[in-house]
Amino acid sequence: MTKIDIISKISEQVGLQKPESETAVETIIALVKEALGGGDSVILRRFGSFQVRQKSQRMGRNPKTGKEASISARKVVRFKAGKYFKSAVNT
Amino acid sequence: MTKSDMAERLAAKLNITKQQAEGIINVFTNSIIEALSKGDKVEIRGFGSFRVRHRSAKEGRNPKTGAKVFVPPKKVPFFKTGKEFRLIVDGKETP
Repeated sequence: MTKIDIISKISEQVGLQKPESETAVETIIALVKEALGGGDSVILRRFGSFQVRQKSQRMGRNPKTGKEASISARKVVRFKAGKYFKSAVNT
Repeated sequence: MTKSDMAERLAAKLNITKQQAEGIINVFTNSIIEALSKGDKVEIRGFGSFRVRHRSAKEGRNPKTGAKVFVPPKKVPFFKTGKEFRLIVDGKETP
């Protein structure tokens, strides 16, 4: 499934024209990116939450060459699925 | 940001009511949940992909009593951050 399929579903189920549905999807994605980019988290009940996690610097290994390399400190996105989402994939 | 905050901003952007915006957000999240429930994956360029990861059965322990327990195999939703999103969060690119 890709963005186009989500756009079609919104069109069908909410009764919005395709271009508006597309704007809606783009806006939702942009809002999530903006929030996380600013260090905020996004919490959507049932679905899950997106959070920023600070990772500290660590030593890693290049899996190809086996050479040790330092992995710099970074911020990463963490998605934690909600209870409903978790149970839905298991039924 | 909660769903309510998101709905307010989406409503302002599209010139629709907050209720309609909430409905759109629900269809968005529900379609992802439905796809993964069917074993399908969802790919959104620049944002990331959602897929199901399989966890095999394992022998666990009750942390309180130390008793062995059997943990059955299960499936878990997994989100892999897309490149653009990853760079934004790490401060290497502006949204």
